[in-house]
Amino acid sequence: MIIDEKNYMHKSWWKIASALLLIYTFVCGLLLDVPNLPALEETIRNLYFHVGMWFCMMTLFILSVINSIRYLRSFSLKYDIYARQYATVGIVFGLLGYLTGAIWMSYTWADPNNPSFQSFSAVAREPKLIGTAIALLIYFAYLILRDSITDIDKRARISAVYNIFAFAMLFPTIWIVPRLLPSLHPGGQSGNPALDTRDIDHRMLAVFYPAVVGWTLLGVWITTLKIRINILKEKKMMQ
Amino acid sequence: MDNNPENKDKYFERKKDDAMKVCKKIFSLLLFFAFSISAWGQNGNKTTQMEDTMRSNGRIYVVVAVMLTILTGLILYMVRLDRKISKLEKETK
Repeated sequence: MIIDEKNYMHKSWWKIASALLLIYTFVCGLLLDVPNLPALEETIRNLYFHVGMWFCMMTLFILSVINSIRYLRSFSLKYDIYARQYATVGIVFGLLGYLTGAIWMSYTWADPNNPSFQSFSAVAREPKLIGTAIALLIYFAYLILRDSITDIDKRARISAVYNIFAFAMLFPTIWIVPRLLPSLHPGGQSGNPALDTRDIDHRMLAVFYPAVVGWTLLGVWITTLKIRINILKEKKMMQ
Repeated sequence: MDNNPENKDKYFERKKDDAMKVCKKIFSLLLFFAFSISAWGQNGNKTTQMEDTMRSNGRIYVVVAVMLTILTGLILYMVRLDRKISKLEKETK
């Protein structure tokens, strides 16, 4: 049985914080000075948006697996709904990260003398691209697995266990393998991804960290709306 | 946030809750900023063609304005959805 109590989902201070941080990100991210890096130039501003998507995805997947574990500890069905919705919105942010990366890549990594689709063979070797594609497909499989089982308890239990496996696969595919191989992303075989002080300085970090928090809170906000709708639906079915 | 189904008939007398008050404050602050930005362009009466804030720096402020409009629209939509769902939750209780 699903009992909903008043919790963080009904508070408004963090939603206002999310909106303000995003407004700050959009204004300062476009207007403040950025270091002039070779090949990147003004596109380094994409860091606030493209990388923000990945941070948000990662946080939502972490929240998803936490709720799966909470389900397995308590067998309370509401945590199953939480886990599923966090994973869905995580995938949406992952896809947005992928799309924004595709645009950014077309004008930086791709050979400027060729149209971007001709340098695809070079760009497609990028290990982070392949790794993220695998990770997202594993999460797609989570949604398919969960929604194809009709028995409510079986569905919750099997998908919660699968979600833990999916989360375990995130680390080799996103964090470990791309850092062992030569990569076009910062932080391939050497260096630190995105936060290397040789690439970006404190001026950029002053926008980057608020951007990450803002995007993450927005992702959580969207998820809480989906969770609340789904809990309402469950309640209606029980009546 | 402004939903109060118990006393719907007393539309003008009912109290706004705290979140609504905060929203109003923020909104009036933003309005103030909007007016002050448009005021910056007024002083200095230059004779060259239309050198106001919005046309300086390669017109990047136009991009900022467009992106902020989209962001505000999306956030207002989120707030609306949030309030609608709160209303539904109250009704099913």
